[in-house]
Amino acid sequence: MPPQHGARRTITLAVNGRAVEVRVTASRTLLEVLREDLGLTGTKYGCDLGECGACTVLVDDEPRLACLQLAVEADGHRLTTVEGLAVDGTPHPLQAAFVALGAAQCGFCTSGMLMTAKALLDAVPDPSHEAVCEALAGNLCRCTGYVKIIEAVRLAAADARVPGRPEPAEVAR
Amino acid sequence: MTVLRLPPFDLIAPRTVAEAADALAHHGPSARLIAGGTDVLPNLKRGLAAPDVLVSLAGVESLRGIRPAADPRPSANGLRGPTRPPSTGAPEGITIGAATRLNRLMADPAVCQSFPVIREAVSQIATPTLRRMGTVGGNLCLDTRCTYYNRPALWREGAGDCMKHEGDVCRVAPGGERCWATLSADLPPVLVALDAVVRLTSARGDRVLALGDLYRDDGLTHLTLAPDEILAEVWVPVWGSRAAFLKLRPRCAVDFASLGVAVAVDVADGICRRARIVLGAVASHPLRVPAAEAALCDRAPDATAIRAAADAAYDAARPMDNADQPPAYRRQMVRVMVARALRAALGQPPSTR
Repeated sequence: MPPQHGARRTITLAVNGRAVEVRVTASRTLLEVLREDLGLTGTKYGCDLGECGACTVLVDDEPRLACLQLAVEADGHRLTTVEGLAVDGTPHPLQAAFVALGAAQCGFCTSGMLMTAKALLDAVPDPSHEAVCEALAGNLCRCTGYVKIIEAVRLAAADARVPGRPEPAEVAR
Repeated sequence: MTVLRLPPFDLIAPRTVAEAADALAHHGPSARLIAGGTDVLPNLKRGLAAPDVLVSLAGVESLRGIRPAADPRPSANGLRGPTRPPSTGAPEGITIGAATRLNRLMADPAVCQSFPVIREAVSQIATPTLRRMGTVGGNLCLDTRCTYYNRPALWREGAGDCMKHEGDVCRVAPGGERCWATLSADLPPVLVALDAVVRLTSARGDRVLALGDLYRDDGLTHLTLAPDEILAEVWVPVWGSRAAFLKLRPRCAVDFASLGVAVAVDVADGICRRARIVLGAVASHPLRVPAAEAALCDRAPDATAIRAAADAAYDAARPMDNADQPPAYRRQMVRVMVARALRAALGQPPSTR
């Protein structure tokens, strides 16, 4: 039975390891729910049309554009946002490497870059320069700071702590 | 900052193709199919459509996957080309479910082995993340695009709406009668060049037709798909053809094609027996160029034949000023890229000119 036009339904999301219930209409995107209902504003609202990658989150460990993901279709799935990268206040090695190399200029693309890079490193622990470029091809940096970003992903990959959970990251000090 | 909101709609999530077809039949033109959402949702956010109901194919398991299969056409024998090998009883092609994600298609071992050109084309679609979301059927049924159409509401208000959205004139060719929006998807030219066949399904039954017949050269209604029909699967014959695909666009990621060139050739004993030359993003449908194909066939595909084919493709292509790159440049590049694609498919070295 389809719901009434604009009717709300309850969905369950496992966001960064925590189960949350949200009441949403069918036309709300995952990006809206994360930012507006759950207060997780680390995931950025960029072009909102699937062209920039700033809203990249992991759905069941795979990168997805939250701006083009209907929230109701994420019902029952596991989500990881940039807020879920650090463990007990210790940055993920990718975050540490971004800090160490200054791989953020204005920072708006950074959370999307981090999430795409995390999925890459989880699948390919030691990617080539070309593989990093290809994986990040859909994450636009308007400051054009790609060189440091790509170096940071490879630095994090070189770190033996990836893809395990991070220890206090030396590069971040 | 203005947040782009989706207009309100209901979402129906069928588990089977039959349920999806019933939902389309029941809701009529106010319903619209959605699979990966990467084409539908941006258009809804820009206010280009406002369906009451979206019927999602995301949960229809049977529409996903790739498998060996025989020709689905009931009387297919007369339709095959001269170089088709004698039947060995083995499946003669592969069937790709329409809801197969694009990244699955390009990672599939059978596809990589039999159709490297498919892998090549899919690897150039959008971005890696969009390929994880977008589907084969979505790419085949991509809406046509235009500089004057794929724009925010405010932009369109300023410029004036076009006939593809509530206006009555084509902004690209105001004196004409038709809409010139282009089909910029990459799989249509490639799969038309490979003589693919599609199966459409609806509550009224199934239809099987050549992929080329799914399209017409009209930017408003470029698909011959009825409103209640679902593109269920596409079958690609294993010809043993040598094929190539080249794509022109401003950036080598993200951007849609401003020109796509797909070619497939069968050569036996030094003679070209069959050729397909199909252009993308220069018309509202994948533009096959029979004159270019004829220039290659029944002779050795040497430099002279390739030049003649490229010239014929140039003559046939009439890109309009509605994509990211200027039409004169795109038209010149038809000649260049058809020659390049043919040399690549034939295993000839790139031109030194």
